[in-house]
Amino acid sequence: MGPTQASTDLAVVGAGPGGYAAAFLAADLGLSVTLIDPEPNPGGVCLYRGCIPSKALLHVAKLIGETRKAKQWGVTFTEPDIDLDRLRKWKDGVVHKLTRGLGQLARKRQVRYTRGRAKLLGSGSLEIQPSGGASSRASFGSIVLATGSSSARLPGLPDESPRILNSTTALALTDIPGKLLVVGGGYIGLELGSVYTALGSQVTVVEMTSGLLPGVDRDLVRPLSRRLEGAFEEILLDTRVARFEDREDGVRVTLEGTGVSRPERTFDRVLVSVGRKPNSADLGLESTRAETGKAGFVQVDAQLRTGEPGLSAIGDLVGQPMLAHKASHEGRVAVEAIAGRQVAFAPAAIPAVVFTEPEIAWCGLTEEEAKRQGRKVEVARFPWAASGRALCMDLTEGVTKLLVDPETERVLGVGITGSGAGEMIAEGVLAVEMAALATDVKLSVHPHPTLSETIMESAEVFFGQSTHVHRPRKY
Amino acid sequence: MLKELKLPELGENIESAVVSGLLVSPGDSVTKDQPILEVETDKATAEVPSDSEGVVKEIRVKVGDEIKVGHILLTLEEGAQQEASPSSTVPPTEPRQKEEPAPGPASLEPPRPEAEEPRAAAPAAPKTPAPDLAATPVVSHSPADGASIPASPAVRLRARELGIDISQVAGTGPGARLTMEDVTEHARMLISSRGWPVPESVPATAGAPAESVELPDFSQWGSIRREPMSGVRRKTAEHLATAWSQIPHVTQFDQADITRMEALRKRWAPKAEAAGGKLTVTAIILKVVAASLKVFPRFNASLDLARREIILKDFIHIGVAVDAGHGLLTPVIRNTDQKNILQLASELTDLSQRARSKKITNDEMRGSSFTVSNLGGLGTTYFSPIINFPEVALLGVGRAAQQAVYQDGSFVPRLILPLSISYDHRLIDGADAARFLRWIAEALEEPLKIALEG
Repeated sequence: MGPTQASTDLAVVGAGPGGYAAAFLAADLGLSVTLIDPEPNPGGVCLYRGCIPSKALLHVAKLIGETRKAKQWGVTFTEPDIDLDRLRKWKDGVVHKLTRGLGQLARKRQVRYTRGRAKLLGSGSLEIQPSGGASSRASFGSIVLATGSSSARLPGLPDESPRILNSTTALALTDIPGKLLVVGGGYIGLELGSVYTALGSQVTVVEMTSGLLPGVDRDLVRPLSRRLEGAFEEILLDTRVARFEDREDGVRVTLEGTGVSRPERTFDRVLVSVGRKPNSADLGLESTRAETGKAGFVQVDAQLRTGEPGLSAIGDLVGQPMLAHKASHEGRVAVEAIAGRQVAFAPAAIPAVVFTEPEIAWCGLTEEEAKRQGRKVEVARFPWAASGRALCMDLTEGVTKLLVDPETERVLGVGITGSGAGEMIAEGVLAVEMAALATDVKLSVHPHPTLSETIMESAEVFFGQSTHVHRPRKY
Repeated sequence: MLKELKLPELGENIESAVVSGLLVSPGDSVTKDQPILEVETDKATAEVPSDSEGVVKEIRVKVGDEIKVGHILLTLEEGAQQEASPSSTVPPTEPRQKEEPAPGPASLEPPRPEAEEPRAAAPAAPKTPAPDLAATPVVSHSPADGASIPASPAVRLRARELGIDISQVAGTGPGARLTMEDVTEHARMLISSRGWPVPESVPATAGAPAESVELPDFSQWGSIRREPMSGVRRKTAEHLATAWSQIPHVTQFDQADITRMEALRKRWAPKAEAAGGKLTVTAIILKVVAASLKVFPRFNASLDLARREIILKDFIHIGVAVDAGHGLLTPVIRNTDQKNILQLASELTDLSQRARSKKITNDEMRGSSFTVSNLGGLGTTYFSPIINFPEVALLGVGRAAQQAVYQDGSFVPRLILPLSISYDHRLIDGADAARFLRWIAEALEEPLKIALEG
């Protein structure tokens, strides 16, 4: 074994939104911190290859979509001329700026940022393999694992082929394929499919289950499905890819499904977005008492502690939902628990957003979950067709809904489909976390004319009377 | 038509009750005034009658639930016959009050009279765990954990910091939402029930976390079981902790030769029985104590330290501690001094029977000015009882036993009754207590003393 590295109070392995939030808080609490990650700066998948670059591209896709839509409003733009190099540079610039900023924040806090990978060597020790250097080992007072997740692979897939993309390579934006097959109708597939559609690709989506975005309430998905049916070349539900063949002229796939008319098809590129797997395999967990459970998630308690004293784990590594904001909250809780504070990660609502156009966002209880639990809820829906602001923006396909406990009238969940839903859902999170009653939401004055009024009016709908929706009384 | 039956007002100052029995099931026909539910309040059990007639549709409470006044107990289909077919039932959702917010306990809380209840500032009734919540251990962190309890993240954090299981705290906000105050009050309640002094007041924002005593993990030495405290036990714990922490207690002892009194008691017992009561030692002691309190009015008083005054009571209401089987209850005999022993005997018999069968009302256990605790039936001699705060003294009675007493040159068997008096030393001096107790002993030995001096 090589030389020993300086020991600190805390080591955080992985510098994604969970890891760097944990490291920064620990430093602010006065702990000496080592943060280990292969990238030049903190940021992780989210900043380098996920949330951030995809949102930069989705912003462009939305703009292109708007210019096309403007024709109906009497404003016609010419077809966009896409300079792919410049677009890529702009996107990379956004990523660079953000990650460099995080690097500076780490330095200002005197967090020891070590480029490389780390592996557990029993209790409290790490073997650190710096990028391009000799490995060393060090002991730490506490260790937080935050190594995140990677794209799941499909068996039988020639994934060394440059024609097979995952979210990372798709975001690299090497070229714009003529025909793109997206395998998996989850949020990553739909977001990236939307980007490539806007840039000019013909996109086909194959989804194994009977609907896009499995697990999301159907009434929220419906407006998006309708939009995408028009935008995408084809959406094939209840369909799977039985075989891939990497050939000269593209990837030849064999589709299996009830409604598939032509099972044999050729695509220029295939984007595989069939979910993500926690990166728990090569961490040396077997040298500790930490346990991994179903699907490779590291088992933790509400303080994010594993079975090994002094070892915590956070983020995608410990369970669903694999979302950056969940990871950063967990990171903070893990560090506070290490610092001896009485904390627990027990939120009432973790928001989820699909950044397509329209966006879908929800938090707290969903109708699907309520059904699964056999829990009685009342759903109050407000259609955006009744919102003045939505009409101004030609966004009438949206819907806002509240899930309300019929007994206590407490808001248990909020779901929104429509432009800007991702921003609006924050109010829903606050309502659910604060245990707001439908009356609270109804009586909070919302600005006019905004889409946020739809949340207030949903609460009015719950009480059977809304200003902009007239329905005969239910009772 | 569907009607909701709600928990009616149960009495002054009673805001909530624990469901202790369901007397009807869905599908049952009920008539007006028919008991539908049994509830336990702080110290008594009551039956809740139906205020309407119809068929029970849905029962919305279960045994163990703590419910507030106004809580919906069940829904009743008015005018329906029991054999009504399911298809004729109305839709499951019933009309909602459109313009009014959910019935919040705050608006229903009866005003608290100030003078009557010195513990008017007592915490809101702590909630017994709803079984479904208690059964959900917070082991893994799923988003549902925070969702099950209506409390803001800041309130949940505070509870965690205080080491409080938030599912045990009753919410007083709209929709039973837990406020910061609910959590702080719950912490206070826990401290006082562990025998810690109750702080004068804990401002919710004071930030001084109540230092709860960390219990060891008993299971390391063998298996343990946990059971919730009953309403009676909780209230007793709270009350006694207050008394113990507020009053500088002193206990003195004396004894009375009741040989003659016992003979009289036996002689008059049939007469008392005919009057519907049992002529017990306690009944006679009540008469004696009532007389002694007239001679020693300071034992029938309370201290008002805030106003630096002694409150002397012109009434003599004596509480009698009763081992009710489900806890310690103290029914009160009003105007004890104005009743004869036969009246006292029958009233005492009635009250203690109803205390044991939980048919006693809270009002019947309030307002005492002095308390007697007779443990003689169980074989005790002397003991040091805790005063029934805010009273200032309590008489403990042990079991009378035959003892050899040296009298007129020889040992003779005499029936000796052990007496203990606990008193508030702030108000009562030791000499006064000695005189008071001696007076009682002498009156028991020479009943004429009551007529002469009492």
